[in-house]
Amino acid sequence: MKSIIYLIVGVFFGILMYKSEAASWFRIYEMFEFGAFHMYGIIGSALFLGVIGTSLIKKFDIKALGGQEMQLKPKDKSIARYLVGGTIFGLGWALAGACPGPMYVLAGSGYVSILIVIGGALLGTFVYGVLKNKLPH
Amino acid sequence: MEFIYEPWPWYVSGPLIALTMFVLLFLGKQFGMSSNLRTACAIGGAGKVSDFFKFDWKSQRWNLILVLGSVIGGFIAANYLSNNKVKINEDVALKLNSYGIESTQQAYLPTEIFSTESLSDPKVLAILIVGGFLVGFGARYAGGCTSGHAISGLSNLQLPSLIAVIGFFIGGLVMINFIYPLIFG
Repeated sequence: MKSIIYLIVGVFFGILMYKSEAASWFRIYEMFEFGAFHMYGIIGSALFLGVIGTSLIKKFDIKALGGQEMQLKPKDKSIARYLVGGTIFGLGWALAGACPGPMYVLAGSGYVSILIVIGGALLGTFVYGVLKNKLPH
Repeated sequence: MEFIYEPWPWYVSGPLIALTMFVLLFLGKQFGMSSNLRTACAIGGAGKVSDFFKFDWKSQRWNLILVLGSVIGGFIAANYLSNNKVKINEDVALKLNSYGIESTQQAYLPTEIFSTESLSDPKVLAILIVGGFLVGFGARYAGGCTSGHAISGLSNLQLPSLIAVIGFFIGGLVMINFIYPLIFG
């Protein structure tokens, strides 16, 4: 039963990523060129509501379904891993023009080439796992 | 009926992304798409090589189902809900034309990079593999991607997420300003 809910959320998210054009390489390039408000409006309005909603959840200690705690764990403190990891991610985001969510969406849209990008992303994840203990965090 | 094919404006899309995040929170989950890549590695047996992939991946089943849903969503949107043409800023489009990307304003993704025929070009193949690799490596190093940091993390006012998002932009700006001219110039 729960699986169906996640499937529906996924379908909704997929349509949303495609229709918002957040899954378009062109929109990502345009964003990094500061050529339009579109992507900033999407992230900004999501954040505006996200910050308000998250603070209300915390203030009133609202529980998830079944009474479990909301998944709002604070992130581990560090600068290096976020700055270096984030920069590497940004290089890839601007080159492939897709972040992980849209990659899956575009696979469904029929872009065969995105499978190569996903393959690269899996390889990158794997190599990180292998090198993890040698990298500054 | 034409409006069905129109893109959704930011003030519809952004709030719906927030809605997605809150629905997942209420279901007891955290919105994060790149963790599925780690799960996929774990399923593929990467735990033999690194402890990073030794975890109870079955607990991530919900997220894999979400991915399956988003693949279906991508199919529905591209085939029934879109004319698959993205209109961007004219000046930006002209700059892309000067890079040899002529499909601007007429496609959803640049055909010069994403058409199946272009796969025979080693340069295109390198762009796709390296781009994907950096996304996968960087997302795990930074502990999250756009959904985990830029949306969930910043909504929770996490300083680490702000640092990561600043990194996303440093990387993106370096790529399009310094590396694009080398690749496409």
